[in-house]
Amino acid sequence: MSTTQQVLTIGQDVAAIRRKRRAWHGSLQGSDFAWAIAFAVPYACVFIAFVVYPILFGFWLGSDPDLYVELLDDPAFITTVINTLIYVGLGVNLKMLLAFLLSGFFFRKSWWTKTLLVIYILPWAMPALPAFMSIHWLLNGEWGFLNSVLHQLFNIEGPHWLNEQWLGLTANISAYTWKNMPFWTVIFLAGRMAIPQELYEAAAVDGANRWRGFRHITFPLMAQLYLVSTLLSTIFSLGDFNSVFFVTGGGPAMSTEVLATLGIRYAFTLGDPRLGVAAVLTSLPLLIPLVVLLMHMLRRQEMQL
Amino acid sequence: MSITVTSARSARKGHYRLVEGLVEAMCMALGLVLAIWALLPIYNMLLIALSDHGAVFSGDTYPHEPSFHSFVVVWTQGFWYLERFWHQFGNSFFIGLMTMLLTLLIGTMTSFTVARLKLRHGWLLTNAALMTYVIPASFLAIPFYRIMNIYGLGNNPWSVIAAMVTFATPYAIFIFQHYGKSIPMELDESARIDGATPIQIYFLIYLPLMSPALVAVGTYALLLAWNEYLYQFLLLSSKDSMTVSVALAQFLNSDEAPWNYMMATAVVYAVPPIAIYYASRRYMAAGLTMGGVKG
Repeated sequence: MSTTQQVLTIGQDVAAIRRKRRAWHGSLQGSDFAWAIAFAVPYACVFIAFVVYPILFGFWLGSDPDLYVELLDDPAFITTVINTLIYVGLGVNLKMLLAFLLSGFFFRKSWWTKTLLVIYILPWAMPALPAFMSIHWLLNGEWGFLNSVLHQLFNIEGPHWLNEQWLGLTANISAYTWKNMPFWTVIFLAGRMAIPQELYEAAAVDGANRWRGFRHITFPLMAQLYLVSTLLSTIFSLGDFNSVFFVTGGGPAMSTEVLATLGIRYAFTLGDPRLGVAAVLTSLPLLIPLVVLLMHMLRRQEMQL
Repeated sequence: MSITVTSARSARKGHYRLVEGLVEAMCMALGLVLAIWALLPIYNMLLIALSDHGAVFSGDTYPHEPSFHSFVVVWTQGFWYLERFWHQFGNSFFIGLMTMLLTLLIGTMTSFTVARLKLRHGWLLTNAALMTYVIPASFLAIPFYRIMNIYGLGNNPWSVIAAMVTFATPYAIFIFQHYGKSIPMELDESARIDGATPIQIYFLIYLPLMSPALVAVGTYALLLAWNEYLYQFLLLSSKDSMTVSVALAQFLNSDEAPWNYMMATAVVYAVPPIAIYYASRRYMAAGLTMGGVKG
């Protein structure tokens, strides 16, 4: 073996080591790589200590199959599952559709819509807790503001809004819509503003009326945003605790409970954390497909807002 | 002939003006409905807070004799549930401030190493953040509570700060990565050539140029922590460690609790976040991507 060949093979070895190292270090060298790792450590620690560990712990708590038998034997659980589906299915879609339509309303440029938007955003700007407490008292059957107004203006005896399952569910969905609709309206408004105005002008030159402008420009350009927002909102509303807990409190007689509040009730009011975790885990068959679909959509097209 | 054409045209013009006026009137009506819808619970809150204890049960629809008595009670901590109100106010503020600082620190460090230092496999961190973002916070509450006791952080504000930072950093990382794309990499490279270390680039180039995003995310984290209820209720139990939201919800424990005191407390609790929100709305709009909608 000549020296040149030796040098070459060594060179190849060095290159291989370098390639190997590059696979881990990227283009970073020496102390820079150490810095990059050091910057990554805090979030990695937070993620492992406060996300991975609780998730694994939760799966371990809810791993006993008997818990699910116990759940299915509890009539309150069945009611809760139905309530959750109604609450999420109806609440999210109603809120999103209204928010989308209202974003068109706020898109009109007139002197008073700007002022109105500032007022309209208030429910979103304020904390959930005082707002829902106020709504709870607002809907009180005997002394609530709503029934007082109905009585004074129209001489109607309003119903006991929070003492019946379907009225209670309606109250929860309305409170949820009241709180969250402004945020999504602003998101859709931003989406509409991102559409270049020239598109509409060009369409108008070609003789398109407003409906066709909406059908062929606004709708296709907003569809992606609408779908992603709806998926995201569905996932969050599945875990929404505050509106149900403070408006009806799950009552009367646990008839308006949703999974998020039922899990907490089992775990802390009844002192059975395993059953609580099991109740929450029953949402996974719905939650996982939603998350996978959302990830797929986000990966396919980067969200631009 | 020409006369009939003009009159037809003017008639059509008048028709358009009528339609436009009708549309405007309908829009105004809708606007009025929206304003009432948005303000109703807020009006109700103020109405009760301004009433005397007896007047709450009178079915009044406007304050006949508005009194600031309830606010004085809150201010002077003159009620059983409000004994430590200003201390609890301070707790809420401390938790909010720490959440804000830690979220900004951890969020910028992560996005700096992934986007600027181009750490290989940095996408793992981004995906971890995305995964955390789509887990409903309330679903993690039960195991989180148990784990905090294992960590020995029961009834400790740092357990709440840990939870809030956990749920705020994913959003922070998204916004920082998104916003960071507008800062040219050439700045980092020329600093490198001049011999700057990564930590110098982080402090002297990255952080100053990111400041609008820092304001948006900082406000988001502060409000998230201030507005949170469930985790604070579960993790903080003593009167001295609890926050305003937990103290406020205590009023619901008893049927005897005076509603006017409760609503006055609610108003005092709600005013700071509303003020902060409106003050920073300009910045928040810059980073509205996907938004902070975690309940």
